[in-house]
Amino acid sequence: MERIPILKMGHFLLVTIQVDMHDRLAMTLQDDLTNQIVKTGARGVLIDISSLEVVDSFIGRMLGNIAAMSRILDAETVVVGMKPAVAITLVELGVSLKGVRTALNVEKGMELLQESLRLQAGESGDEHQEG
Amino acid sequence: MNIKKGETMPILTSDDVVRVRQKVRSWAIEMGFNLIDQTKLVTAASELARNTIDHGGGGEFRLEALNEGNRSGLRLTFEDHGPGIEDVELALKDGYTTTGGLGLGLGGSKRLVNEFDILSRPGEGTRVTVTRWKP
Repeated sequence: MERIPILKMGHFLLVTIQVDMHDRLAMTLQDDLTNQIVKTGARGVLIDISSLEVVDSFIGRMLGNIAAMSRILDAETVVVGMKPAVAITLVELGVSLKGVRTALNVEKGMELLQESLRLQAGESGDEHQEG
Repeated sequence: MNIKKGETMPILTSDDVVRVRQKVRSWAIEMGFNLIDQTKLVTAASELARNTIDHGGGGEFRLEALNEGNRSGLRLTFEDHGPGIEDVELALKDGYTTTGGLGLGLGGSKRLVNEFDILSRPGEGTRVTVTRWKP
């Protein structure tokens, strides 16, 4: 069966969507990611959609679901690389991606994940200091 | 208004939805739609094609390149012989869903095109026709 590869890098899982996804493939990715978070204990998920030329309400819902599920499993999700035309269309369509963190590119997305991991480590540490 | 060319294809599986998107994209590029308009057209096509499967049990898609005076446009028609829509006005409302989705497919795709026409008879089926003109 066709699958979108999930890479593990340190505490994070990386996904680059490079194909025009049909709905079943999107659902498979959602399931695979959830399973991988539990299996690897990943603390963050980075989804690169810079190759996606269309994000419709179905894929928008999938991104929201992934973010919500990973949050429950103690992992942060960042969606990166959305094309401007896709962003314009999504807003007009009425999909606001509420609850989904976004960054402009992979680099900024990784920074965001690392930052939130650092913050959490600081909060649980004994020598936490107020900034 | 005259039809420069037209093509019909079936919509039965989610692979067909991908094919509809690709077909609309390639015609929109050929006609010289800009990237944002291409994206809006393809996204509307994706929503409506999925509706044809989810609500109509599958159906047919027709794509037509139009000429009217000195403007040109793309017309997309989605037709099914499913159960039809009881209350079209309600179905067009954002957030209204019968499948557990976001409820944005019909109303959302209406916002992405210039002309939107829906004809539905309970028990007979639904036909949605949308057109986007090149600015």
